[in-house]
Amino acid sequence: MTDSLANDIRLRRRYQAERRFRIYGITATASGLLFLGVMLVSILIIGHSAFRQSFIKLDVTFDPEVLQIGDKTDEESLRYAHFQGLIRVALREKFPEVTDRRELRELYALVSRGAADVLCEILIDDPGLMGQRHTYWLPASDDMDLFVKGEIKSSAPEIERQLSDRQIEWAERLTSDGLVDLRFNTAFFTTGDSREPELAGIWGAVKGSFYTLLVTLALSFPTGILAAIYLQEFAPKNPVTDLIEVNINNLAAVPSIVFGLLGLAVFLNFFHMPRSAPLVGGVVLALMTLPVIIIAARAALLAVPPSIREAALAVGATPMQTVFHHVAPLALPGMLTGAIIGMARALGETAPLLMIGMVAFIADIPQGVTDPATVLPVQIFLWADSPERAFMSKMAAGIMVLLGFLIAMNLIAVVLRHRFEQKW
Amino acid sequence: MSQALKHSLSTEHRAKVQARGVNVYYGDKKALSGIGLDIPEHQVSALIGPSGCGKSTFLRCLNRMNDIIEGCRVEGAITIDGADIYAKDQDVVQLRARVGMVFQKPNPFPKSIYENVAYGPRIHGLAPGRKELDDLVRDSLERAGLMGEVHDRLDHPGTSLSGGQQQRLCIARAIAVKPELILMDEPCSALDPIATAKIEELIDELRTRFTIVIVTHSMQQAARVSQRTAFFHMGELVETGSTEQIFTNPKDDRTQAYITGRIG
Repeated sequence: MTDSLANDIRLRRRYQAERRFRIYGITATASGLLFLGVMLVSILIIGHSAFRQSFIKLDVTFDPEVLQIGDKTDEESLRYAHFQGLIRVALREKFPEVTDRRELRELYALVSRGAADVLCEILIDDPGLMGQRHTYWLPASDDMDLFVKGEIKSSAPEIERQLSDRQIEWAERLTSDGLVDLRFNTAFFTTGDSREPELAGIWGAVKGSFYTLLVTLALSFPTGILAAIYLQEFAPKNPVTDLIEVNINNLAAVPSIVFGLLGLAVFLNFFHMPRSAPLVGGVVLALMTLPVIIIAARAALLAVPPSIREAALAVGATPMQTVFHHVAPLALPGMLTGAIIGMARALGETAPLLMIGMVAFIADIPQGVTDPATVLPVQIFLWADSPERAFMSKMAAGIMVLLGFLIAMNLIAVVLRHRFEQKW
Repeated sequence: MSQALKHSLSTEHRAKVQARGVNVYYGDKKALSGIGLDIPEHQVSALIGPSGCGKSTFLRCLNRMNDIIEGCRVEGAITIDGADIYAKDQDVVQLRARVGMVFQKPNPFPKSIYENVAYGPRIHGLAPGRKELDDLVRDSLERAGLMGEVHDRLDHPGTSLSGGQQQRLCIARAIAVKPELILMDEPCSALDPIATAKIEELIDELRTRFTIVIVTHSMQQAARVSQRTAFFHMGELVETGSTEQIFTNPKDDRTQAYITGRIG
């Protein structure tokens, strides 16, 4: 009787412990998801406005006198023409009552400096427009843009906001006349970095990241896979290979900035490779990714059952045929997953690239691996570091783009894993 | 069995494999000592003994599968058709083409049934064309008694077959390389009695073309399929002789104890 009672109590305690453990587990998972959710939502809230840009409708006359180019219409002269003047004329027409120099400067500040480039491109495409009058939607300046998006409130004291009372009055007049429109910000996805937030785009950083990762992949994937296959399947077990193994494991844990220092000392100072180039960045990131790929690939090879190796050897396959016909194909999904995780880490890496000059302000879009470039995380860092308020949303939007690429890479890893997975 | 017995008594069988003074070490541990054994051609020789007695180790010496085990060392002489297989100029890949092996757990490649059988002939260049390879694969599957069951699904994965079918696929894979000797390491230990019976039948048929060495835990199996039996105990070869003699009239007390179930 007492025995069965003691048994009941013990059984109840065991179930209680089980329930407690489940609650701990659910709490841990839920709090993790909560933090992730808070992070994503805050990024979305800050960043969503960067995908839209305000445009102002202006009637522009392509007046050769204002452009100060006489009767020349070749591309070279047009590049140096005074398009800013056309916008000023158009603005003065809209607000004829503004005459004071200081007030005029404030008025001109409502339109982006990039608007002149837009007009320049239009005229280069069609020089026949010279002397004609047309209506164009031109990008607003960053402060005007913030006002349109409601991020600058007219209720705030004048001293604390970037727009003066006069500017707000003009902005409200333009809005009520239907001359202001919020549109999808294509420039964000097609241009490089700029000092003006409304002109700054992510495309330069995307291409920089692409070239950098291309170099990283080309160097680290074949090297890593071959090293892993050799070390796992062929290398004799002796103190030398033990030492190599320990070193590879240690390299995977070396802080990434150390690789940056190595890149600076060896590739820039000794080999005189170009600064700020995806080539050097890619080589540095390849060194950083290599141990990750080797370790993942060795784990994948180790997971292949030895019976497959025995089967191949027993029908007379050479050790190399055994590995390349049977073992490596089975380990391929694991190898690819490891490589993509390593590449995703390289995509998000900033520190080593700071050391080799990829942190510079680069407005041009890189056209190759030796052009100066920056990469996505560095671009985000640069924007976060900028004083203009409008860069805040650019930064958050940049984070979204980076996260988008990371998710895409991980999805590719999952799909590849699924496709190449074989049962045995 | 009686037929098999008659066959073994009626013909003289020359020794295909001769082992003399074979010692095997795993690191410092001596796994086999002083094994001297003749394996007659076109017969089934069973190696029996309790777990850890070294019978599998001896089997793996015959196709040098022990080479891949770290720290394994083989001393003494093993000859096949009079040629030392541990000689310096002996090519291991060529040896394994002559000496096929079937393992304890069926281990087909994770490829199609066809590819499983075609792999060996392909790497050894045994079939010059597509047609010859097809014929060789079909012939091997036929000999392994599997063709009837898989003829319409040669492109299915080998791993989709049942355990017994997988093991026969492994036998087909081994005989496709046209070996002279087939080593079987407890080929039925993972199979049910019906699948076991099929494999045993198959072993008896294969004996006409190949010399077979089988390691088995089951004394009944040894008695059913083999003509010669060697009893291993604690790394030594205790007794060898015709299967009938070993099971009815063992000379050594340890053999007597093992076959009557007192040790092992």
